[in-house]
Amino acid sequence: MRNIITIFKRELGSYFATPVAYVFIVIFLIMSGAMTFYLGNLYERGQADLSPFFQYHPWLYLFLVPAIGMRLWAEERKSGTIELLMTLPISVGQSVIGKFLAAWVSIGIALVLTFPIWITINYLGEPDNGVILAAYLGSFLMAGGFLAIGSCISAMTKNQVIAFIITVVICFLFLLAGSPLVLNFFKAWIPQNIVDAISSLSFLTHFVSLAKGVIDLRDVIYFVSLIGFWLYANTIIVEMKKAD
Amino acid sequence: MIKIKNLTKKFGHLTAVEDVSFEVQPGEVLGFLGPNGAGKSTTMKMITGFLAPTAGSIEVCGFDVSEKPIEAKKRIGYLPEGAPSYGEMTPVQFLEFITQVRQLSGQNKIDRNKEVIQQLHLDKVLNQSIETLSKGFKRRVGLAQAILHDPDVLILDEPTDGLDPNQKFEVRELIKSIAPDKVIIISTHILSEVDAICSRAIIIADGKVLVDDTPEGLRSKSSCDKMDDIFREITSGHIS
Ligand SMILES: Nc1ncnc2c1ncn2[C@@H]1O[C@H](COP(=O)(O)OP(=O)(O)OP(=O)(O)O)[C@@H](O)[C@H]1O
Ligand SMILES: [Mg+2]
Repeated sequence: MRNIITIFKRELGSYFATPVAYVFIVIFLIMSGAMTFYLGNLYERGQADLSPFFQYHPWLYLFLVPAIGMRLWAEERKSGTIELLMTLPISVGQSVIGKFLAAWVSIGIALVLTFPIWITINYLGEPDNGVILAAYLGSFLMAGGFLAIGSCISAMTKNQVIAFIITVVICFLFLLAGSPLVLNFFKAWIPQNIVDAISSLSFLTHFVSLAKGVIDLRDVIYFVSLIGFWLYANTIIVEMKKAD
Repeated sequence: MIKIKNLTKKFGHLTAVEDVSFEVQPGEVLGFLGPNGAGKSTTMKMITGFLAPTAGSIEVCGFDVSEKPIEAKKRIGYLPEGAPSYGEMTPVQFLEFITQVRQLSGQNKIDRNKEVIQQLHLDKVLNQSIETLSKGFKRRVGLAQAILHDPDVLILDEPTDGLDPNQKFEVRELIKSIAPDKVIIISTHILSEVDAICSRAIIIADGKVLVDDTPEGLRSKSSCDKMDDIFREITSGHIS
């Protein structure tokens, strides 16, 4: 635990020592604001809720979270600091978790800083704030899912651009796993129960109810196990590829 | 103490280290010599637990590096080749990170930080980001990191590379001063360093140990007196 905190603090410090965190936060705020008001028509809808805000989060995360995740391990391998890190008395698992949490918290900070939208909607009407809080939690969980994929892919390569692109593609597949586009493609040649399994892996399916403020334990378990799975794979890949 | 038995490392078809065995006792400073690509860094990476050996075993202070890596790593201070460190951090922040990892606390933490900063003359660059430091200062930050927790075992891969003559001298004095109760392995291409600080030298080439002897012993094996000539003679196959 102590080691995880040490890694977490170092990593978070380096996000804010470089422009990474600031750029991420500013872009996230601008984009989420723009989508909410222009695409989501928050005002014109005349309803006091934040679904126009949350419904675009999956698409925002699709590009922004891989941008945060790509450097997690690729940079460490490229600069050789991985040799330092891996010869300190810290286990690989602790490093993986510490780094992941630091990046996740940066995203969390960006999410918290969207509070003016929440204030606006409370000013305009009387939204159900419990629903909004649940949607925030759901959004944060989903960001964690994207990030765990990004962290794992980042460990496979020294090249951050490659890490970014592959992560976007995988996240895109996870997003759309429940959509007709993907399902029709599979339906033609694999059994229905596997198609259903693929569909149940979809980020969107699990996020939609969370974004409505319905905290279904199954959705939470889905995202938590997704994060666990990718971070576990991340640990194995770091072990395998650290010295290449 | 370090015990290495039949250590081998293969990268695909290339055998970087082949059947290397040796032991190092506390108080010894072992100079690890050999031409470029001989396998010095690879051996050090295996001792410090960064690379897994293809075959053979390594024991550091009674702990097998493959089985009890964390215990072994706690007792090792390591300067990797090229002294990598986090560029966006300042030396103060970096040493604070290492302090936390090494779990130094209280007065010991303050004393050790002060001491290494003074020993490696880091006081003037403490608050400058590491990526903007000159090569020699980067190396000194790496050395500070390696000795901070006063480890029983020091593995230094080319510690004086890139240092100015005064700093080279001081780092050698530093190594000498901490040597008496420690196991120290240094790799170097500066052969006068072997005479200056090493109590023993191992020369490897193509992953194999050619000579394992004291500096005096090396001299007696060769017709030459200068270390450089002895090195050339041995590694080009005149003696083995
Ligand atoms: N990750 C790797 N993959 C493939 N080959 C490697 C790898 N690391 C090292 N080698 C090879 O292993 C051999 C030994 O390399 P090593 O770095 O141990 O040499 P060295 O003795 O430290 O040389 P130098 O004096 O140049 O530092 C070299 O032929 C090198 O190309
Ligand atoms: Mg080397």
